[in-house]
Amino acid sequence: MAHNDFRPVSGPAVEGLLDAARGPLHPVAAQTLMAALDAAWADPTRRHPPGRRARAHLDTARDVLAGALGVRADELSVHASAEEALELGLAGLRHGRRRVGGRVVASGVERSVVLLSPGVTDSVPVDRQGALDLGGWAEALAEPGVAAAVLQTANGEVGTRQPVAAARAVADEHGVPLLLDATASLGRDPLPADAGAVVVADAASFGGPPLGLLGVRTGTRWSLPGPRHEAEHGRAAAAPWVPLVLAAAEAWRQGADGHEADAAGARELVDRIRTAAAAVPDTVVVGDPNDRLPHVVTFSVLFADGEVLLDELARRGVAVASGSACTSSTLRASHVLAAMGVLTQGNVRVTLPLGAVSPTREADVERLCAVLPESVAAVRERLGTADL
Amino acid sequence: MSGPEVVDARGQRCPVPVVMVARAVRGLPDGTVVLLYADDPAAAVDVPAWARMRGHAVTAAPADGYTVYTVRLGEAEEDAGGGRDRST
Repeated sequence: MAHNDFRPVSGPAVEGLLDAARGPLHPVAAQTLMAALDAAWADPTRRHPPGRRARAHLDTARDVLAGALGVRADELSVHASAEEALELGLAGLRHGRRRVGGRVVASGVERSVVLLSPGVTDSVPVDRQGALDLGGWAEALAEPGVAAAVLQTANGEVGTRQPVAAARAVADEHGVPLLLDATASLGRDPLPADAGAVVVADAASFGGPPLGLLGVRTGTRWSLPGPRHEAEHGRAAAAPWVPLVLAAAEAWRQGADGHEADAAGARELVDRIRTAAAAVPDTVVVGDPNDRLPHVVTFSVLFADGEVLLDELARRGVAVASGSACTSSTLRASHVLAAMGVLTQGNVRVTLPLGAVSPTREADVERLCAVLPESVAAVRERLGTADL
Repeated sequence: MSGPEVVDARGQRCPVPVVMVARAVRGLPDGTVVLLYADDPAAAVDVPAWARMRGHAVTAAPADGYTVYTVRLGEAEEDAGGGRDRST
C-alpha cells in the first residue's frame, strides 16, 4: 500500500468494549451512511437537483430526530457536537433573558462544558449518590438575575437520574427556563415528558455518529447575539453534513422499538457488575443502585491506581474508562466523583454499548466480572498495597 | 509528650497520599490522632472517603500551599452525606 494511503485496513475490535460513551455506529446506521455518501452528499442549501435531494433527506431525518427529542422539526437544529449544542442552547437562553440577568444555575455534576459556560458561577450541590439537592436548587433559583437553569436527565459517569420533574417545577415557579441535558440518556432511558424549554441530546448515545441535537421549544425566549446565521433556523454558521444526520436518524429508527428491551438487558448486566465490584475488598460502587441509567456504572478501588487498573483490565480483554486523577490524560479527578464526595482513586467507569452495536456485550460483562478480582489484586501487588 | 504523628505526603500524587496515611495508622489504637500533609487535589476527596470506609474521623485545614488532614482513628460520626458506602 502506498505510503500516502490513509485507508484504515481494519478497525479496532468491538469485542471487549465496555466504554461506549462513544461507540461504533449501529450497523444499519453505518450502511445508511455509506448509501448516503452517494445520495445525499450535496449542500442542502443549493437549488440544483442534488442540493434539493439532500434537502429532502435532511428534512426526513430532522423529522425523525425531532421525534426522538419530543420537539417539532422546526424546533430542532443539528450541530457538530453535543458540547457545541449545549453551549449554544445555554447562550441562547442567556442572551434571550439578558435583561433579567446573566446567571445560570447548574448542578455540580453537569458536564464540564456546562460548568465552564459563561454565567455558571457556582453549582448546586448533589448528595453522595449524585442526585440534585432540591433545597439548594430552589435557593439558587430564588436569587435575582437568573437567566437559565440547566440539569441533566441522568449523569453519564455514574448513572444517577435527576429529579427532573421536581426541578422543573421549581424553575417554573421562578419563571426560569430549564435546559435539559439528555446527552447521556437519549435512547437508553425514557426522556421525561415535556421537561425543558430547551433539550439537548447526542446522537452517539443511541448508536448514531456524535452529533449535537438542540431542541428549542416555540415560545421560549431564546436568541443569539450578533448577526443572524443562515443555517439551522439561524443557529448555525453552516448546514450539517447530511449523510451524518441520515445515519443518526437511522440509528434512532433502528433502535426506537427495541430501546426498552435493550435497556432491560443492560440493567441486568450492570447489576451483575455492581455485585461483582462490591465483592472486591475495599471497593465502592457509586451512584444510585436503582434510580439510574440502565447502561452506566462506576466503582472505585481503594489503594489502587486508575491507570494501572485500566491497563490490567485491558490486558485481560476489556476496555473501560476511568474518572481517576491517576490516569495520564487528566491531572484532576472527575469533577462528578468529587462533587459526590466519593472515592476517586482506582476508578472504573463502564458504559455498555447497545446490544445491536456489540453482540458480545453479555460475554464482555461476564469477562469483566471474572477478571476484576485478579486485576485489582495485580494492581495492589504492583503498588505494594496488598497488605493494607 | 510528643505531638501527633505527621505523615508528609506533599508532592505525592493519587493514590500515594492515602496509601501513606493508611500505612502509618496501621495497628494504632482508636483515638490516636495522625496528621497528613498533602497537596494532591485528589486527596481532598479521597482522604475523607478512605476515612469513612475505615470508620475514622477527618478534618481538613488549608496551610501554605498544602492541606493538613487531621485523622482521629475510629471516631467517625454518622455519615452526613446523602448516600452510604459499602465498606469493609
